[in-house]
Amino acid sequence: MLLTNGETASGALAQGPRWATEQVLSLAPDDASRKAGSKLGAAGPWSTAGCDASGAVWGLCKGSGSRPYQTVVDTTGPAYKCSCPSRKFPCKHALGLLLLWASDERSVRAGDAVPDWAEEWLSGRRARAAGQDRAAAGSGTSARSADPEAAGRRAERRAERITAGATELEQRLADLLRGGLAAAEQSGYGLWEETAARMVDAQAPGLAARVRELGAIPGSGPGWPVRLLEECSLIHLLDSAWLGRERLPEPLAATVRTRVGLSSSADGSAVRDRWLVLAQYDSSDSKLTTRRIWLYGRESQRAALLLSFGAAGRPPRLALPVGLMLDAEVTAHTGSGPRAELGEQFTPPVAIDAPPPGGPCASAADTYGQALRADPWLDSWPVTLSGVIPVRDGEGWQLVDADGGDALSVAPAVLARPGLWKLVALAGGRPVTVFGEFGHRGFVPLTVWPADMSETVPLI
Amino acid sequence: MTRTASTSPWEDLVTSALLGTDRRTPPSGPTPAGKDAPVALLDAAALHTVRRRAGLRPATRAGGSPPEPAPHDARRALPEPARRRLVQLLADRAGPAGSGGRRGTTPDLTELLPQWLAAANEHGYRAPASVLPGLLDAARARTDLRPQALEFAGPRGLWLARLNPEWKYALRGGSTGSALPAVDDAEAVRKLWEEGLFAERVALLTALRAHDAGAALALLGTTWSTERAEDRLMFLDSLRAGLSDADEPFLEQALSDRSRNVRATAAELLSALPRSALAGRMAARAASCVAIDRSGDAAAAIVVEAPHECDADMQRDGIVPAPPSGRGERSWWLGQLVEAAPLSVWPGRLGGRSAREIVALPVSDDWAEELHAAWCRAAARQRDADWSRALLGTPATPPSTGPGTTSPAERSKLLAALPDDERASWVAEFIAAHGLSEAFQLLGVCAVPWAEPLGRAVVDALEIARDAGSYPWSFSGVMGLAERCLSPEEAGRLEVLTATPDDQEDASPGAGSYWSEAFQRLVSTLRLRATMHAELTA
Repeated sequence: MLLTNGETASGALAQGPRWATEQVLSLAPDDASRKAGSKLGAAGPWSTAGCDASGAVWGLCKGSGSRPYQTVVDTTGPAYKCSCPSRKFPCKHALGLLLLWASDERSVRAGDAVPDWAEEWLSGRRARAAGQDRAAAGSGTSARSADPEAAGRRAERRAERITAGATELEQRLADLLRGGLAAAEQSGYGLWEETAARMVDAQAPGLAARVRELGAIPGSGPGWPVRLLEECSLIHLLDSAWLGRERLPEPLAATVRTRVGLSSSADGSAVRDRWLVLAQYDSSDSKLTTRRIWLYGRESQRAALLLSFGAAGRPPRLALPVGLMLDAEVTAHTGSGPRAELGEQFTPPVAIDAPPPGGPCASAADTYGQALRADPWLDSWPVTLSGVIPVRDGEGWQLVDADGGDALSVAPAVLARPGLWKLVALAGGRPVTVFGEFGHRGFVPLTVWPADMSETVPLI
Repeated sequence: MTRTASTSPWEDLVTSALLGTDRRTPPSGPTPAGKDAPVALLDAAALHTVRRRAGLRPATRAGGSPPEPAPHDARRALPEPARRRLVQLLADRAGPAGSGGRRGTTPDLTELLPQWLAAANEHGYRAPASVLPGLLDAARARTDLRPQALEFAGPRGLWLARLNPEWKYALRGGSTGSALPAVDDAEAVRKLWEEGLFAERVALLTALRAHDAGAALALLGTTWSTERAEDRLMFLDSLRAGLSDADEPFLEQALSDRSRNVRATAAELLSALPRSALAGRMAARAASCVAIDRSGDAAAAIVVEAPHECDADMQRDGIVPAPPSGRGERSWWLGQLVEAAPLSVWPGRLGGRSAREIVALPVSDDWAEELHAAWCRAAARQRDADWSRALLGTPATPPSTGPGTTSPAERSKLLAALPDDERASWVAEFIAAHGLSEAFQLLGVCAVPWAEPLGRAVVDALEIARDAGSYPWSFSGVMGLAERCLSPEEAGRLEVLTATPDDQEDASPGAGSYWSEAFQRLVSTLRLRATMHAELTA
């Protein structure tokens, strides 16, 4: 979907571009919705469907009842409204409408007047969004100024609890090392679950999450003692850093606070840029679905990570289709590496014009190494590789510099994903540009551009 | 990280950690003295860990020569809307959700994939690389998709399939077109024929047969006597395509093959050549069994004298001597003789009558069913339109009283021998007269999209079925066919049927709304097919 000539790009801007089918499908909360939405992505059940330049798409979908469902989508959000009773979000009607919009310009015509029922929600939503911005601007200061002393006392009490927790955790790690990691193989998850619960009590969710992950390492295959020692030592490093945080330079101290589990806030300055949406993927545990969206600022030349969360089994609300470029403000968090919040979007998104600038394999390793200076607990860092070829390496895969002997191993966790095969197919044994995360576990490819740069293809 | 001859400092740390500092003192690291041994160990380990991660270098590329890039595919790129459509069809392929009786009003996308692939191949489009994995997965699950999917996937698809064991199926059978040598490269053809795997050899023989039937036969002849019996059978089977009188000497010789299956197949192929010696022998044998009764002076009738023995010559010509249980051996032999005899023998034998007149003749002593069934099989095997027409009879005649056969499967084979438009009108008239309940198999052999009279007949019959008050899922087979085969131009005419009629008194409860739903799905599927084809012709 890359637009290479200016005329098309500006034309798309005026009309608001229609998305690719993959982009629409990437918004589906689960497989069932994806299938149900695909079935509705045909003209049959739809009537009065249209879209306008502000990014609104609407339509009436005939369901099993007598009244058709009213479906509206604001693609700039994207945000959805449908009169159906589904609790899926977006519902199959919204997905079907977007698929129809993406694929059939005759069925979803541009330029029709917005029907009243759609206009009501759209204008209400836009008014609310504007109101929220003002409220956020106001409340940010008011909450802080409400009772600064009480807030300070609360923060102090929490810090004391965390300190007690970190001290206890240090003790437990020392005991573990004294008795030997070999013993940890027998004790199983129980030991770690209990310790993690203690860290939750100590209000240090960051420590708790790390401790819980230790439980899975014994018995995770050959080399587990090495991995267990590495992770134990990094928890120890975090404990010590927290206990000695007064002596750390401020940026590192902020990182330590976030890593321990104190929430960071988006208090950097807002950067307006053309942000490329490079990747979006979800991970979930028993309680929470976490969505990660990688952005790259065309002018600021930096990556930003948007996080959004949903209760277990529910998709997070924020969804940005890969391959779009937003003219928007993004505000960085302090002490959270690349994490940022998406602010105001100024124009409807357009298709991205070119991948971010990339480098050879060696540059990815360098970039990760540099990033560890600010945050030694980083598992990986976003990088763009250009001119690399996917090559089989025994059971696994490598990305190899097209000219040179360097290579990055693809992370073992990726090998079972269908996205890897898409990457291999697109490359066809020739050099491509790949965006992904590189770290000590290897490279995780997230997005690929074929040699002719004709499309942006998400791999996850 | 440097390694000492024995162990590295990091390995020392791991060993101490594993055993416990109480049992093994960790190596002294750059830690200030005065710390507990475990803490000092963790300090050193953290330092090592971060240092190792920060100092990560790229791996060296895996040994061996770099892989061969995917071969160039010169076909045209797929138009963007068509590409989106394909992604959508593939995304739905895991099967319709809840494929119970009620299918909702939206098209069944999975069923449209074969059509889409066939159309894309006809236009000569190249498969976009990003859909290849999805395409190969889809064809892995559905064997009926494979030929079309693999043709569309093209050389890059095969290149990719070689890298993933799950797609091994793509490399089997006759689909490895790109791996075969050019059929006119005699040297390469001979080499592959002599050294290739069985699947490659079958593919080669098939390709060569399509290009130059005689050359294929000659190639097969070079190694015929040394092939294994089951391989001989497969090779012989591939001669079915492009069968001609030139194959007769080879097939005649194969009648003396050691393997019974090879002999039977050779006989079957020969009987499809009306000028062959075998066909002549069969004609003589069959003719001696069937004659016009001249004894009475009443209307002419056929008399049948079934063979009394199945001699060695008959067996050599492919007649199976032992009947299946429950059949008399004489009628069993007769059926095989008539089936293998060229139909052209009968007009001369039976008083210069045409096929239609012969079929209309009465047959003495209850032989009619046996004789007509054998003629049906012969007409289907010899693809004889005249005889097929005669044996099918007029479509309005109820199947049970007509000539020939009552079995829809046999009738659909006879229909296949008729020209496209004649076939469509025959089935249309059949449906108009008898409704849809026995039409499913007959519809299956009609050319897609259905010709106008046929489409109209099906729609009318569906409307009648609705008005009769039955449920639409009694017709789900025909409905499914209609969704795939009706011409998209019928969509407009069908629109009026999508309204929910008032339930009639004698109708099944709620049938009206189910019919409305079924017709909506039919209309939306037709519209989608029209859009699909428009996207591909862009």
